[in-house]
Amino acid sequence: MDMKVAKKKLGLKDKYKLMTRDLGWEPSYHSKDELYPYMNYEGIKIHDWDKWEDPFRLTMDAYWKYQAEKERKFYAIIDAHAQNNGHLNLTDARYLSALKIFLQAISPGEYAAHRGFARVGREFPGVGPQVACQMQAIDEIRHAQTQIHAMSNYNRYYNGFHAFADQRDRIWYTSVARSFFDDSMSAGPFEFMIAIGFSFEYVLTNLLFVPFMSGAAYNGDMATVTFGFSAQSDEARHMTLGLEVIKFILEQDPDNLPIVQNWIDKWFWRGFRVLGLVSTMMDYMLPKRVMSWREAWDIYGVENGGALFKDLARYGIKPPRGWDDAEKAIDHMSHQFMLGLYQWSFGTAFHSWIPSDADMDWLAGKYPHTFDKYYRPRWKHIKKLADAGTPFKNYGLARLCQTCQLPSVFTEPDDPTLTCHRETVYKGEKYQFCSDGCQHIFENEPEKYIQAWLPMPQLFQDPINGDLGEWMKWVSLLDGKDNGDYAGSEDQKNFEAWRGLATTNQ
Amino acid sequence: MTVAAIKEYIAVPRDRVENFHGKQLVYVSWDHHLLFASPFLLCLPPETPFRELVSGPLGMLLQPDPDAAAIDWQRVEWLKSNQPWTPDFDASLAANGIGHKDQLRFRTPGLNSLMAA
Repeated sequence: MDMKVAKKKLGLKDKYKLMTRDLGWEPSYHSKDELYPYMNYEGIKIHDWDKWEDPFRLTMDAYWKYQAEKERKFYAIIDAHAQNNGHLNLTDARYLSALKIFLQAISPGEYAAHRGFARVGREFPGVGPQVACQMQAIDEIRHAQTQIHAMSNYNRYYNGFHAFADQRDRIWYTSVARSFFDDSMSAGPFEFMIAIGFSFEYVLTNLLFVPFMSGAAYNGDMATVTFGFSAQSDEARHMTLGLEVIKFILEQDPDNLPIVQNWIDKWFWRGFRVLGLVSTMMDYMLPKRVMSWREAWDIYGVENGGALFKDLARYGIKPPRGWDDAEKAIDHMSHQFMLGLYQWSFGTAFHSWIPSDADMDWLAGKYPHTFDKYYRPRWKHIKKLADAGTPFKNYGLARLCQTCQLPSVFTEPDDPTLTCHRETVYKGEKYQFCSDGCQHIFENEPEKYIQAWLPMPQLFQDPINGDLGEWMKWVSLLDGKDNGDYAGSEDQKNFEAWRGLATTNQ
Repeated sequence: MTVAAIKEYIAVPRDRVENFHGKQLVYVSWDHHLLFASPFLLCLPPETPFRELVSGPLGMLLQPDPDAAAIDWQRVEWLKSNQPWTPDFDASLAANGIGHKDQLRFRTPGLNSLMAA
């Protein structure tokens, strides 16, 4: 080492230089193409990696210190939550359905994001993005861990939390989020960064985290609020990274624009479909609601997203191509999802329910043009069936979309009374889709999506071959405990009994 | 290019008909009847007579809809792959040209109890 050590304590600027940019070197035994083999096939051209501006001049030693401090605070509060019977402070145990969906579908997504960022940190030749991706990879695994730890306390008292890892792999509705991350991880490094770093973290994450954390606070779930706060400063960093990535790519070469635009179109639509479940959580699953999905979309989608795409217009970027179809779906999707979840609740590891009259009046107020006209008649009929002792269960199973893997619950953008039917034939095989957006994504890369593991068709193949009981065992779903209507469930009985002990003399 | 890849990449479709042990998938949906949240997925042998599909699994699944009893199957309008189509009730799915993962739709003009605005 011939490096001269001039001062004992380094200035911020020197420290930053030594602990990021200075960590790189010019290879001499192998060519750069051999070291970074995935840099060219996506068509993105980067001429000068040194032009990368680190959006936050954070070095690994400082990162470590900050994160350790956050961990200490987080676990102190989680301990207090457990010791103070935090599981009884909820507004109502119906709230837990939102949490169960989060644990089964979204927390594993954090882990997938960890794997993705660890990989792209290795693939990029620039030291700046290497360090930034490494930090984000560690953030993401920390988020998966803190979420699992925060929710594990509920597993001691309530059903549906016990097998989230099996359900992440096998149950039908989680394949939506799983395929989303698998799609991004099996793409090239640049597409991954636009998919997760930009589209998910920057454009859509506020629609997930803000309502989710506010919903937790409104409904007395301190454990979730705590992991939300612990992740918040990380999320701010991730959003900054996402924006830096897209600007860097677009500034490097004009040929990059159409490729990036295509990815934005694709990942906006995929993200919009994944986050559709949030609409149901906001409108139906929170006993004490924060705002409607429509109101959240107006703030985080229309206002914030609109401003972002105005800002990116100077690079030639246009709003995503599915934007108008998304807007048309906003006043329908939460109702379409919840009606589906209710009729298929024999196969979900969370509870759903028929909204009360008061809830339906709230929905009619928030959705004055759609709820009473299209959705209240269906709920009233479903209520009638339940009151007659023949609750509605749809054993027909669902047609899943080949791309987003959601049941095709969506209607034509301009006709809310008609299911959207789209299909295509590729190499003699037929494929069904929920929307133009999903069909378009498939047709760009059919060889990728024909491999989709669609849970409903899988149920009729080995090893299950159509046996619903065997399927329940295989997905670790305890029939009569984890699934079905909230009314009459163990969760409901236990919550009311335990809360009764605290609030009455019985 | 059918997939972005560093070299030629040929995939195997996951849901080929061979995986269903002699059966096939058929999707069926009833236009403007959205009590059923999504088209039904049925798994049947291709030798199943069309009449049996209608009177058997499909008929059972439709029961919760208040219009179910009023369906006149002789007057139902059918679509296959979104094109008008007339089934032969006595012929099998295969003889009717209903392939693996085909989507059938049917319409019952005048019946719309839950859709009447």
